[in-house]
Amino acid sequence: MPWLGLIVALPLLGFALNGALGRRLGKRFVSAVGCGLPIASALIALRCFLALLETGAPISETAFTWAVIGDRAFEVSFWFDRLSAVMALVVTGVGSLIHVYSIGYMKNDGSYARYFAFLNLFLFFMLLLVLGRSMLVLFVGWEGVGLASYLLIGFWFEDPAKAKAGKKAFITNRVGDGAFLLGMFILYGALGTLDMVRINEAFLAGPVPAVSATVIGLLLFAGATGKSAQIPLYVWLPDAMAGPTPVSALIHAATMVTAGVYMVARLNGVYLQAPDAAQVIASVGAATALLAATIAVAQYDIKKVLAYSTISQLGFMFLALGVGATGFAVFHLMTHAFFKACLFLGAGSVIHALGGEQDIRKMGGLWRRIPVTFATFLIATAAIAGIPGLAGFWSKDEILLYAFGSSEGGAVLLWATGAFTALLTSFYMFRLVWLTFFGRSRMSHEVEHHVHESPISMTGVLAVLALLSIVGGFIHVPHFLEPVLPIPALTAAGEDAEGALMGISIAIALTGLALAWFFFSNGGARAEGARRALSPLHGFLANRWYVDELYELLIIRPLHWISDRVFLRIGDRLLIDGALHGLASLARRGAHAFSLVQTGNLHLYALLALLGGALLLALRWLNG
Amino acid sequence: MDSAQMLVALGAILFVLGLAGAVVRRNLLVVLMCLELMLNGVNVELVTFSRLHGSTAGGVLVFLVFVVAAAELAVAIPIVLLLVRHKKTLDADAFKDLKG
Repeated sequence: MPWLGLIVALPLLGFALNGALGRRLGKRFVSAVGCGLPIASALIALRCFLALLETGAPISETAFTWAVIGDRAFEVSFWFDRLSAVMALVVTGVGSLIHVYSIGYMKNDGSYARYFAFLNLFLFFMLLLVLGRSMLVLFVGWEGVGLASYLLIGFWFEDPAKAKAGKKAFITNRVGDGAFLLGMFILYGALGTLDMVRINEAFLAGPVPAVSATVIGLLLFAGATGKSAQIPLYVWLPDAMAGPTPVSALIHAATMVTAGVYMVARLNGVYLQAPDAAQVIASVGAATALLAATIAVAQYDIKKVLAYSTISQLGFMFLALGVGATGFAVFHLMTHAFFKACLFLGAGSVIHALGGEQDIRKMGGLWRRIPVTFATFLIATAAIAGIPGLAGFWSKDEILLYAFGSSEGGAVLLWATGAFTALLTSFYMFRLVWLTFFGRSRMSHEVEHHVHESPISMTGVLAVLALLSIVGGFIHVPHFLEPVLPIPALTAAGEDAEGALMGISIAIALTGLALAWFFFSNGGARAEGARRALSPLHGFLANRWYVDELYELLIIRPLHWISDRVFLRIGDRLLIDGALHGLASLARRGAHAFSLVQTGNLHLYALLALLGGALLLALRWLNG
Repeated sequence: MDSAQMLVALGAILFVLGLAGAVVRRNLLVVLMCLELMLNGVNVELVTFSRLHGSTAGGVLVFLVFVVAAAELAVAIPIVLLLVRHKKTLDADAFKDLKG
């Protein structure tokens, strides 16, 4: 059986069925197909995983030959080693859970079938991305998830703002994809193959002649900054929250945005040869983590807080990738998928309960009203904040340890940035919990009357994800991945500081909790005081460092100006239109001149014919 | 001047008469008749040269011209008839407005 092909193809079948027949066959059919096939995919992925554990050998499977050019063939083939196994399990597992959750969340939506069709389409492309053996297949998946993301961000396209958010995500990603393509071209030019297994082998065997690993590494990373929302291309992710909340959970938190992390981890052979590129990745990751965390502190939209938190956590993953701790990046990717999906779905449950309200200033005191949502949200918050024992603690602590003491680029500054970000993370997450669930209710009477706990299909999923957020950290993923992703050695200083760093991590998480408690417990009076005292800073953060405005000023406006003045007015209207209109006018005037001969006078025509004939004869006679 | 030369001259005269008539006369029917005159001038030349060279090809071509001329008239006369019915005149100048 082509099991790997089946994992990928089942969601595509779901897309085809729901897309073509969903509207006619009703919600029961749509739910069964939309959730059943991803679950089947997940079970097959589990089966392949068990087979992998048993034999220890990666599974390779060729679906078909896509194209043959000369003596080179491009094959669509799948590769199931330990890394893709972890990714496939996370994608299908969390994906299936979110599909099930969506049944309850979307049940009153008019475009129920379209929603599930798109969600299945996303899963298909994501699985193509993580299982593809060739970079070409990875790239098809890479673009495909971008498409699905665009379709689902703009799912409620009647609202122009939401349609615009979808466009922003798509266009921003194009910038990164351009660089990614260039990287692929250079790789193919140098090695003559896009097979990632062979690319890694080639680079691990030593420096590859005639090609700079640094250039390739940086170009591919530029692609990752688009998909995985890093500086400078992260700006699309907060806007992507316009989509339905389960979509934010699946695509913009748990899976798609981690594609860049996966890609860099998959090509770790290239990055081992490119320490400069790795250093850039670590710095960009740390800077993104810090920037996004500072913004998250001052946001009031529950989903925006989580969006910036996602960007920040992705920054942590890239920090880990940059210091060579690739396995820990994937570990954090996995635990993050659990707790961030739980947080987003919990936020969805809150929004659902409040009839669409997303502003945390208009919430409060919800813990008694929606206890299951509250409990799961609290667990996931504790996990992301790094409270000891929960999933996020293990992965984040190890990343900070390697940021400090990795022999492949660890530095105190990286660690300090990461640690400060962790403090902010703990603070803004508990702030979110406090404003949403504790204190006095700030809801309007109508909304308050309406509040209700979500159906079991939603709370059940929340409970499973909360459980995973607790136990997920005890699976030691980096160790499992070590055959594929080697763990770098610690420097002497790093080894000495290991215990102290863990202590600091715990202290940081608890400090964040204490700060949130201090500021927000007393009805938020102290927080309000602090906001007044630091008003300019708060405004700066609340307006997201004015990055969107800066891009508008530096890139979008000049681009518009050039498009309008140079390309439209001079290029299009003056040169192209002018040339064509000129030709048309020339033809018309010429035709007019010749039409003067057409008098309609029969005798003139006969005379002209006569003269013409005479002229021909005369010429013939003259030429002998 | 032998008979062959005279026949060639006759054909040429017929052709030129027809040509002159077609160019200068305004009556459509006369113009058509002049066209026939030109065709027959050519026919005379054809049979003359056919005899001179001892070949039948020219004689055969004459029959082809007859057929084509008959067909041409069969189309042209009804057109003239319709035009005349429309304008109540045979004057070719009256139909100047037919130009494209």
